[in-house]
Amino acid sequence: MEIFWYSAVGLVLTIFFILDGYDFGAGIIHLFFAKKEKDKEVITKSAGLFWDSNEVWLVAAGGMLFMAFPTFYASVFSGFYLPLIIVLWLIVFRAIGLEFRGQFKFQMWKDIWDKSFGVSSLLLALFFGIALGNIVRGVNLGSVENGVSAHEGHYFFLPLWNSSFSPLSDHPGVIDWFTIIIGLIAVVTLAIHGANWIILKTNSSINNKLKGVIFKLNIVLAALTIISLIVWQWVNPNALDNFIHKPYLLVFPIIYLAGLIGLFFRKKIKKDAHAFMLSTLIIMGGISSSLASIFPVILPSINDVHEHLTIYNTSASEYGLSVALIWGIIGFILLVIYAIVQKRLLGGKIDDMDYGH
Amino acid sequence: MEDMIFYDRLQFAFTITFHYIFPQLTMGLSLMIVYFKWKFLRTQIEKYNNAAKFFMKIFAINFTMGVVTGIPMEFQFGTNWAKFSELTGGIIGQTLAMEGMFSFFLESSFLALFIFGEKLMGQKLHFLTGFLVFLGSWASGWFILATNAWMQHPVGYEILENGKFVLNNFSDLFTNPWLLPAFLHNQMASVVTSAFVMASIGAFYILRDKHSEYGRLFLKTGVVFGLISSVLVAFPTGDWNAKNVAKYQPGTFAAMEGIFETEEAGAEIVLIGQPNMVEKKLDNKIAVPNILSFLTYQEWHKQIPGMDQFDEDELPDNIPALYYSYHIMVGLGTIFIGVMALALFFLWKDKLYNIKPLLWTIMFLVPFPYIANITGWYTAELGRQPYLVYGLLRTSEGVSPNVSSGNTLFTLLGFVGLYMLLGLLFLILVGKTINQGPTPKSH
Repeated sequence: MEIFWYSAVGLVLTIFFILDGYDFGAGIIHLFFAKKEKDKEVITKSAGLFWDSNEVWLVAAGGMLFMAFPTFYASVFSGFYLPLIIVLWLIVFRAIGLEFRGQFKFQMWKDIWDKSFGVSSLLLALFFGIALGNIVRGVNLGSVENGVSAHEGHYFFLPLWNSSFSPLSDHPGVIDWFTIIIGLIAVVTLAIHGANWIILKTNSSINNKLKGVIFKLNIVLAALTIISLIVWQWVNPNALDNFIHKPYLLVFPIIYLAGLIGLFFRKKIKKDAHAFMLSTLIIMGGISSSLASIFPVILPSINDVHEHLTIYNTSASEYGLSVALIWGIIGFILLVIYAIVQKRLLGGKIDDMDYGH
Repeated sequence: MEDMIFYDRLQFAFTITFHYIFPQLTMGLSLMIVYFKWKFLRTQIEKYNNAAKFFMKIFAINFTMGVVTGIPMEFQFGTNWAKFSELTGGIIGQTLAMEGMFSFFLESSFLALFIFGEKLMGQKLHFLTGFLVFLGSWASGWFILATNAWMQHPVGYEILENGKFVLNNFSDLFTNPWLLPAFLHNQMASVVTSAFVMASIGAFYILRDKHSEYGRLFLKTGVVFGLISSVLVAFPTGDWNAKNVAKYQPGTFAAMEGIFETEEAGAEIVLIGQPNMVEKKLDNKIAVPNILSFLTYQEWHKQIPGMDQFDEDELPDNIPALYYSYHIMVGLGTIFIGVMALALFFLWKDKLYNIKPLLWTIMFLVPFPYIANITGWYTAELGRQPYLVYGLLRTSEGVSPNVSSGNTLFTLLGFVGLYMLLGLLFLILVGKTINQGPTPKSH
């Protein structure tokens, strides 16, 4: 039952990153590559039409995590207090950037909200990557100092950073050089994903240029992936054990690689939807590989005093999980139906759609 | 430790207060939009369709604000109230997850379809999408109220040795005797807000002599919905809730009614007075004898326990705030019934559109249903203190043990700043939409 809910939460979270990921990515591309007003407008629209229905997946994932793994929810949300609240603020800034841009016609107004949308998209992608980095790196559970715990073993509190910025210290912060690398991977991945989305959904004048951009970003991503694998070994010498003992888990990294390699041929791919699928594979593979590497642990402990948080020692009661299974399946089917109906209705290029209420 | 709880509570109170400005309007408004759309299907008069679409624009702005201020609410259970989440997540996680999965999704998907899909799907389907938005937003209220009802009056649980609450009966969560009265009261109150907003926009259009055809429609619809909902909020739904509080939280009942001393021969109802916590009495009290006993139990001389019957650490920790919240809510509710009854009388006499003082009053009354809704929630939440889960888990036991007050104050200040900006932008946008009016742009 725990494995089912773990997979379900993982799936909903991955769907969230795939869906909201493209509008984060659109924001990053917007920030760096959109120069003409017409392009800025359609790129904003390609995110603005969809962001709120994409973010409901975050709410669903949060709710499911709360219900199925309350101890994990409590531990992680309080332990990563500051970065999470900052993420909330960024979500607000992004949303107002998207919703308010078109409300007045003068350029200065638009410029303000363009930056708000672009910068917060970039930072959100970075923070989500950093979060994933923190999960695979592990934290000082129980806030242990010289063998003495400051809290119960499933609580911790991380500062944003410590002076050494090192993942190898006894008290790593949220941001260190390892999590920054993972954060950059997230930024580059979502930028690629967003570029594919813009090409798919709009007739912007930079579409052709973006195909070249994707190629370059792909090189960066490949380089970062290799670096991260090397340093990951250093941060956590057992990082690849799961893949060695359970070779079928290798399917996740293979998905990642398939997407990554496929996108090197972006210019040859005729159907834009296929290219979008490839960057979707990168996201799916990236998240699932990271989670699979530590499974069934969901938050490793970096001290010897407290045990790792796993899906078994953080889950809700058996009865609760079984009842939720019934409504959960119905709910999930409904979610997928809504999403499909909505995507159908807003299918095709969106350049001429009315937006801005 | 005291400090720590103080900032956590203040941050939750601030963010939920700001958040609840938006859902209270959208829940009520969705019902009225469905009414306009239905009226259009029946009569084929274009005016009703334009009215529905105009209010869906206002709805959409409020919905966006509700989403961005709502995500922090869900997060805060984990960030600031980790211990509470850990201990009760197996139960309230159920209802909160269902809210996200069933209602929030329904509302958001069909809102997009309503706004963008009218031409694509024809009028009947368009009505259906509007109806589903209504269903989603009310279902959302239902699940949130189910969560809150469990905290007010816990059911269907058992407590393990390690202090964790585990669910042992799922359906109890929805047959909780606290839930239905609270839900109906809350939904009626949200219709009050939307009806007053609609009437206020109508009065504004008439007074300004702009879009006056719509002004009359909005005013009329707002007044009719406003009177019906204002009455239903008080009776029977408000009455049910008061009886529930008297039954399940008697200490809270004494505190919110301002009864310091038990009276043998039946309790009086306090109309005005200021709680004096030093001398344990009400200053400047005006009260009517025996009415409270009658209202609560239909017996003039039924004894109602006062605060003197309870241990101090079982009573709400901020009695004056609770007492004022409750009395402001009741007082405003009474005024609403009066104003709307008067307006309906003149509407029936066909004079309403010309009585300027009444139109001005209706226009400026618009903040007050918001205040009444929010003080109503303060009554529920302050009244539940000093518990998070009534009688079982104290508020001080639910806070995150690992987050220091300095960090909480930092994020609280951040939220205050950000929400001020958000509020300002919201007003600009709503103001702009109202000013443009419901007449479709000619292309």
